[in-house]
Amino acid sequence: MDNSNTPTTSSRAAGSKELARKEDSTRYSDAALTPPVDVVEDSGGITLFADLPGVSRDKLSLQVASDTLTIEAESGLSVPEGLESSHTEVGLGRFRRVFTLSKELDTNAISAELSQGVLKLRIPKAQHAQPRRIEIQTA
Amino acid sequence: MYRSLFPRDMFAEMDRLQREMQQAFDLSPTIRGFGRNGFPALNIGGTPKTVEIYAFAPGVDPSSLEVNLERGLLTIAGQRANNLPESDAKAAVHINERFEGSFRRVLTLPDDADPDAVSAKYRDGVLHITVQRQASSQPRRITVQ
Repeated sequence: MDNSNTPTTSSRAAGSKELARKEDSTRYSDAALTPPVDVVEDSGGITLFADLPGVSRDKLSLQVASDTLTIEAESGLSVPEGLESSHTEVGLGRFRRVFTLSKELDTNAISAELSQGVLKLRIPKAQHAQPRRIEIQTA
Repeated sequence: MYRSLFPRDMFAEMDRLQREMQQAFDLSPTIRGFGRNGFPALNIGGTPKTVEIYAFAPGVDPSSLEVNLERGLLTIAGQRANNLPESDAKAAVHINERFEGSFRRVLTLPDDADPDAVSAKYRDGVLHITVQRQASSQPRRITVQ
């Protein structure tokens, strides 16, 4: 992003640093917690709630690609300097969860809301998929 | 058993397993157990001047959160509202993993914690409690005469 105006030498140095960091963290590079969710469906669409403690709006990314919904988030917990951890139940600061959507859902009309670490997603059903009552003919 | 956040990563999972095994072999656990599967999940740490407690309690009404300190015991209690529809509503619950209801977790503070200097902040669903250590127990350098 902001690499455009950095001189090549420093960007190379940054690159090697990046590499070292990567090697350092290969074990955990892809590790992420699976946030617990609630999914409720009503006639108008699907509502999803996800627990993302410590996540602020700018650290949350929602992606819809063809029929998958990816929730990725990072917790922005500020920890005082020199903190020595003595008991850990949440050992990672990253969350990821992927869902497969079905075709009657209107992915262009998804709305999202994040408040106090809870994400609320509303995925409405496409107009043509709204429920209608089917008449039963009696012979 | 409720596990609020479960890693699907194998290495992280193995680390957790190893920690739990270590605790299981500890022949004298605390009388309140480990409380590993409760809500909210807790991370506890300390600096030379403070004890820091992080309670991961997203979606809790801050006014329902209660933090009490009594005789060296810190209690975090509260309630998390249910956002699922009534059972008679025309809605289907497909996944229901999130905790709901009231919760209470108790932890022992170290002896040098100052019960009069506790601050608690709730932000982005994380309750951060800072307890100052008593000044008298902070490390001091003694000058040799």
